[in-house]
Amino acid sequence: MNIIKFENVTKIYELDNVILQDISFEIQEGEFVSIVGKSGAGKTTLIRLILGLEKPTSGNIFFNEINIGQMQSSHLSQMRRRIGGIYQDYKLLSAKTVYENVAYIMEIEGKANEEIVRDVPKVLEAIGLSQKINNFPHELSGGEQQRLAVARALVNYPDVIIADEPTGNLDPYNTFEVIALLEKINKTGKTVILSTHDREIINKLGKRVITIEDGKIIRDEVKGRFII
Amino acid sequence: MFTNFKRVFNFALADFYRNKGISIATIFVLIITIALVTGLFYVYGAGNFIILQVQNKIDITAYFKADTSEQEILDVKDQLLKSLQNVTSVKYVSKEQALVNFTQRHKDNSVFSQALEQVGDNPFLPSLNITTNGLSMQYEQVAKILQSDNFSNLIEKVDFSEKKDTIDKVFSIMSNITKFGLGLALILVIVALLVVFNTIKLAIENSKEEISTMRIVGASSWFVRAPFIIQGALFGSISFVICLVATILLSYFLSSGFALVTGGFNLWDYLIGNLWLIILIQAGFGIGFGIVTSFIVVQKYLKI
Ligand SMILES: Nc1ncnc2c1ncn2[C@@H]1O[C@H](COP(=O)(O)OP(=O)(O)O)[C@@H](O)[C@H]1O
Ligand SMILES: [Mg+2]
Repeated sequence: MNIIKFENVTKIYELDNVILQDISFEIQEGEFVSIVGKSGAGKTTLIRLILGLEKPTSGNIFFNEINIGQMQSSHLSQMRRRIGGIYQDYKLLSAKTVYENVAYIMEIEGKANEEIVRDVPKVLEAIGLSQKINNFPHELSGGEQQRLAVARALVNYPDVIIADEPTGNLDPYNTFEVIALLEKINKTGKTVILSTHDREIINKLGKRVITIEDGKIIRDEVKGRFII
Repeated sequence: MFTNFKRVFNFALADFYRNKGISIATIFVLIITIALVTGLFYVYGAGNFIILQVQNKIDITAYFKADTSEQEILDVKDQLLKSLQNVTSVKYVSKEQALVNFTQRHKDNSVFSQALEQVGDNPFLPSLNITTNGLSMQYEQVAKILQSDNFSNLIEKVDFSEKKDTIDKVFSIMSNITKFGLGLALILVIVALLVVFNTIKLAIENSKEEISTMRIVGASSWFVRAPFIIQGALFGSISFVICLVATILLSYFLSSGFALVTGGFNLWDYLIGNLWLIILIQAGFGIGFGIVTSFIVVQKYLKI
């Protein structure tokens, strides 16, 4: 069953700024797909379309075969909870502590307090942030912030992990740690969508690669390599 | 549901505490607004009281012919009281009483007492002193009764025609002051409300990024909005309590001083007499506005 499907999607920002043009593809449950393209190619736009943060100018996008464009606001929130997002700019809650950032995700799901108190420290332990539980995001290094973002994305056992250039601001060591983590998640059967313009990562992964250039998909290969 | 409510309440408390500066600033401007509105309510009360004082001093005096009997005059008094429900008082002053009053008033002035001695006889006329509620309508009514056929032959003269102009003038001045004051007050209150609105807007604008992140990770709009609205309610409640306590204390301690200045307006009695209304006004402007503003501002950033 496909979990995400783009059907002739075109996105034009004002001033005839065509970002994506007639994009169609399907992502099956359990796949690891990389979206590759130069900076400004439209990778972030594509991901924002999946999350329902932008509306396509034309065409349809489906999540679990339901048209995102026809979802009510509450349904959209539910869908977003099934997606764990990791972003280049982290998108952490700056006024909340490390602990609260992770707990928040469980709280919006309506998880019981006992479960939260039990799981959050475990997750923070796993990504090595146990010592920083009561710190605020701005008190963490870039790598630590990104690890927190990963913890947050995983804590609710989402169906899909979407990582938009998660390693863009990280050093090589942290980069491969994050990628290794994504591979591990994918092995547990979760769908992973990774956007990047890092050649080394793509060539090492050896998974499906969708390449975007000039707003169009120019390649979609099952065992792709980085060719632009 | 209860868990959810507890959660958003805790978020509100944490934000309130962590942004102490903004919280205090917001409470401060809310207090100013409530104080302004409360002050207006007191000015309104004091104004009404003073108008009433003036109105009570506006009276009509009907002088009867020297040979009118006391019984005849008292009949007129009964008639007046019967036909006019709102007449505050009708007082009978006999010839003798008028003389006593006059000598009392001018006992230090030898010219008057000499003049009186020369007249020899009591030159004063018996009279009825009618205190109206000050409205022109009642005024005309009193005049009509006094001028009616049954009474006009008993009456020497009615002392009101000159006073009518004064009365109308007093009223026009009063109503101008009221209109001007209300207009000014309205502008002040609007300005204060704008300041409150902008302070809360500023506080929430700081959280713009967070609101958008909360939506991206799948928080329902209710879950995002509730903490801000609870914070607004919290700001309002704290301001309300502070203002109410201040109002009670000031009314109590300033009561006697204020009564002297206004000729008897009692702050404490006014507070007790209007306690529920004052609570309603203060809570409405504090809590109500805190909530409404938060709601409107968050709405703007929730659109994803
Ligand atoms: N909200 C927006 N309004 C107008 N143009 C935008 C907006 N967001 C992105 N763009 C433009 O769309 C293009 C693609 O951006 P983006 O999707 O962020 O690319 P990538 O993530 O591949 O670097 C860029 O040229 C960018 O300037
Ligand atoms: Mg991008």
